[in-house]
Amino acid sequence: MLHKNSTLSYCLQSTKIHCLLLVFAHTVREFFFYRKEYKLFYQKILLICLFIPFLNESMSFLGDEQFEGGNKEKRHREKRRDGSKDRRKRANAKRRERSRADRENEEFEERLGKREKGRRGRVKNDQEAKKRDEQDSEDKENSEDKEVKPESLSPDELEKLKEAVDEKKKLIQSLRGKPWPMKKKLVTLQETLRIQSHDDQDFENFKTACIPWEMKIKEIESHFGSSVASYFIFLRWMYGINMILFGLTFGLVMVPEALMGRPYGSIPRKTVPRAEEASAMDFAVLWDFGGYAQYSVLFYGFYSNQRAIGWLKFRMPLSYFLVGVGTVAYSYMVVIRTMARNANESGVGDDNSFNFSWKMFTSWDYLIGNPETADNKFASITTCFKEAILEEQESRKDDNIHLTRFLRVLANFLVLCCLAGSGYLIYFVVRRSQKFALDGFENHTWWERNEVNMVMSLLGMFCPMLFDVISTLENYHPRVALQWQLGRIFALFLGNLYTFIIALMDEINVKREEENIVKFNITMWEASLYNGTVSENFTASPITIHPADVPRGPCWETMVGQEFVRLIISDTMTTYITLLIGDFLRAVLVRFLNHCWCWDLEAGFPSYSEFDVSGNVLGLIFNQGMIWMGAFYAPCLPALNVLRLHVSMYLQCWAVMCCNVPQERVFKASGSNNFYMAMLLVILFLSTLPNIYTIVTIPPSFDCGPFSGKNRMFDVIHETLESDFPAWFSKVFSYASNPGLVLPFILLMVLAIYYLQSTSKSYKEANVELKKKLQMVIQIMKIILLLPTTVNNWRNNNASFQGQEGEILLPKSRQLENESYSCLIIQTYCLRRKERVTFFSKKTYDNEVKKKSFPVVFSF
Amino acid sequence: MGTTASQLDKGMLSEYQELTFLTKQEILLAYKRFSELLPKEETNGLSYRIPMNAILELPELKTNPFNKRICMVFSTSDSHDGSLSFDDFLDLLSAFSDSATLEIKSHYAFRIFDFDDDGTLGRQDLEKLVNCLTGGTVDTSLTPEEMKQLIDNILEESDIDKDGTVNLSEFQHVISRSPDFVSSFKIVL
Repeated sequence: MLHKNSTLSYCLQSTKIHCLLLVFAHTVREFFFYRKEYKLFYQKILLICLFIPFLNESMSFLGDEQFEGGNKEKRHREKRRDGSKDRRKRANAKRRERSRADRENEEFEERLGKREKGRRGRVKNDQEAKKRDEQDSEDKENSEDKEVKPESLSPDELEKLKEAVDEKKKLIQSLRGKPWPMKKKLVTLQETLRIQSHDDQDFENFKTACIPWEMKIKEIESHFGSSVASYFIFLRWMYGINMILFGLTFGLVMVPEALMGRPYGSIPRKTVPRAEEASAMDFAVLWDFGGYAQYSVLFYGFYSNQRAIGWLKFRMPLSYFLVGVGTVAYSYMVVIRTMARNANESGVGDDNSFNFSWKMFTSWDYLIGNPETADNKFASITTCFKEAILEEQESRKDDNIHLTRFLRVLANFLVLCCLAGSGYLIYFVVRRSQKFALDGFENHTWWERNEVNMVMSLLGMFCPMLFDVISTLENYHPRVALQWQLGRIFALFLGNLYTFIIALMDEINVKREEENIVKFNITMWEASLYNGTVSENFTASPITIHPADVPRGPCWETMVGQEFVRLIISDTMTTYITLLIGDFLRAVLVRFLNHCWCWDLEAGFPSYSEFDVSGNVLGLIFNQGMIWMGAFYAPCLPALNVLRLHVSMYLQCWAVMCCNVPQERVFKASGSNNFYMAMLLVILFLSTLPNIYTIVTIPPSFDCGPFSGKNRMFDVIHETLESDFPAWFSKVFSYASNPGLVLPFILLMVLAIYYLQSTSKSYKEANVELKKKLQMVIQIMKIILLLPTTVNNWRNNNASFQGQEGEILLPKSRQLENESYSCLIIQTYCLRRKERVTFFSKKTYDNEVKKKSFPVVFSF
Repeated sequence: MGTTASQLDKGMLSEYQELTFLTKQEILLAYKRFSELLPKEETNGLSYRIPMNAILELPELKTNPFNKRICMVFSTSDSHDGSLSFDDFLDLLSAFSDSATLEIKSHYAFRIFDFDDDGTLGRQDLEKLVNCLTGGTVDTSLTPEEMKQLIDNILEESDIDKDGTVNLSEFQHVISRSPDFVSSFKIVL
């Protein structure tokens, strides 16, 4: 028994290993046989990876049986031990008894033998019983299989299954008939069978389990419909992009510098200056990203300009530059690819020919599971129908057109004033903060220190509300009004951001002038130091000065990075605080004060807040724009943003579920998707512009950052090409970057774009043409189908039709403009029936008849 | 899930997975939700038919104006009472799932909108459809003239062969061009 069990477990173990080995050997063999089909090889490897958990699962399933077997074995061992105890007892007794009487000896031995036999018999019985049990259980399983499966499947499903089996059989048969070599047949068979195998399912299960926040989003989707969920899907998408940006900057810039670069305190740029040392660890300073935070891997200034660092000879400046370029390039690629995919998906539906039918058949959002949302949806569908009918009737009276025009112009004027005012305010505040910075921040209050960020956040918060109030003047259709609103907020944010950047540029110029003075001072200082030491002793020992004491220039790159980080932090804070106050606190107040208030708070004035999809999406887009803009000078920005998005995912999910009510006007998600993407693209473009400008035109600071000592930042590419690559490569590169080659290339691309655009236009036109033809063919088909009955009727009505001429009026339709087509077809039809047909010319019929019918005249 | 999921053994799970557009987790969740609707004394959950009223109490279907039609369409019961067995329930969820094809979705949508089960969408069907969509209350419903205008417009657009009704292929033709049918024709448990 013991032996049997151990072999069983061994077999199981070995089958597991064997399976793996078999699959592996199989794949290896295949790989060598079909090197071309290397794809298959990768798929096989993937399969093996998938197999392992699957095997483990099945092993654990088998393992239960094994475990039970083990228990039985244990029981047996115990029994045996009991038996041996018995024997020992008896043996002792035997000895004792032997001393007493030898007579009983034989009898006793006989008895013992009987017992032994009995025990053996019992064991045999046990074995048989166990076998029986096993068989029974197997039978039970089989019978269960047989019973359960057909019961649970409906006849339809059974038929489907049968079809699948039949298909497999057909496939094998058809394979047999193909004049292919055996190997090819086997591969095709395996491929087709694998498509239907369970591993795909497992992989699919794994894939769906890997998508983060899927259940959260689905829950929201089922409460608020697809438009609110689309915001969260957008947020998740953004999070994914930021994860990759973070991975790039973290893995290729921050970690190498932190691990392999010179440690903190080794050179001046990596040390806190003596004057700031006292307050460098204060929380207020750290919160402003000054002190130790400023002189760390988080900012541009910390990186040294060593060409290669560490034992890996990691090219740090080059890596820094390429990561900066790479993040932007990657973002462009992702955004454009997503846009193209969205356009593909929704591009079919841009024609307006099924306006009413779509409203009718596709306007209900089946995801809505909340009664309030459903009521809103009913109302919005009704108004939508009514508006559509009104538009169709064209009975919309614009009685007071002058007043509306005046109001619209006024509204736009007001909005422009707002924009200009906010732009000026920001410019003013930034200039003022520069003045404070010159004085030193310590002399000023908290407000004065954080003025810029606070003003920008507050403007971003209150101006949209103002625009909302102004837009009520205009009396637009809600969808148009929403677009105007979005456009205005976009302009506001953009204006604010650019004013901020222009102010920053001013500050950069100030810093650079300061830098020149510092440079001059440093040479003086070095000279004095040298003179001083020379006068003291004549030994030319190297002068050791603590790096904290070395005078240094104002590092404008770090300053820019700091400004952006502060902006992001304050923006995040305002978003969260408005969420907590505007949504949560309002909901709590409305909910609990409603019992003791004069009017109904829930239905009346404050009520619960709605979830503002477009506003939130815009906020997200602008936040991303700031990240793209500042990431080059502050490598920590993507990390911060990942953190922010992660927190907002949970916070906003919670806020939506607990304190928001569904929107009154539920807009469709699909229509606006590409609109948001287009805005993201615009922001991306606009945020790369200032970066490119600073990189190309402004020389880097002389004593901080990876590009210090170079004339321009992009010189690092040149330097690498010259020193790290063979001479021919740099030659090729210089030829390739020659304007004579680049310009024709750009021209070629423009031509290609033009060509593709014109072909797509012609396809669209062809599409419209085909649609017209389709409708016409359907009309003609109808006429043909009607023709025999009409002719027969005519014959019955005119008994003596021989040699006579008659006329039949066929229904004429609006679409059938080209009558000659149908005439031709009717003629052919009648010719086949050996009936001659003549047609009246159009002019012989007066207009009245023509409007209603289409004349066909027969003569037989 | 432990005790309830144990009734759905591995083989059946993978079969269901092959025959529907659902993932393993979704099928298990569906089974859980389904067995919550079962009466307590019922042991053989898979073959029991849950009456329509119990199904309509599900929050996912409660607010849907077409909930009764959905039950009627997916029910395979002989007495046409809209009761659903587990298979029917899975069929429903599969048709309304993320990965179901446009063809499946439009087919079932057509059958849901076809109130009199005659295979085409006639004027009565469209009228009922409009009433469902506008909530069926007095203050939101359309006037007879508006209704006539609306239905005329719809037939003008989508009734390609001009027989006064919309048949399945015409319906699918219209639906296939719609940008947001697939994203909104979904029910998630």
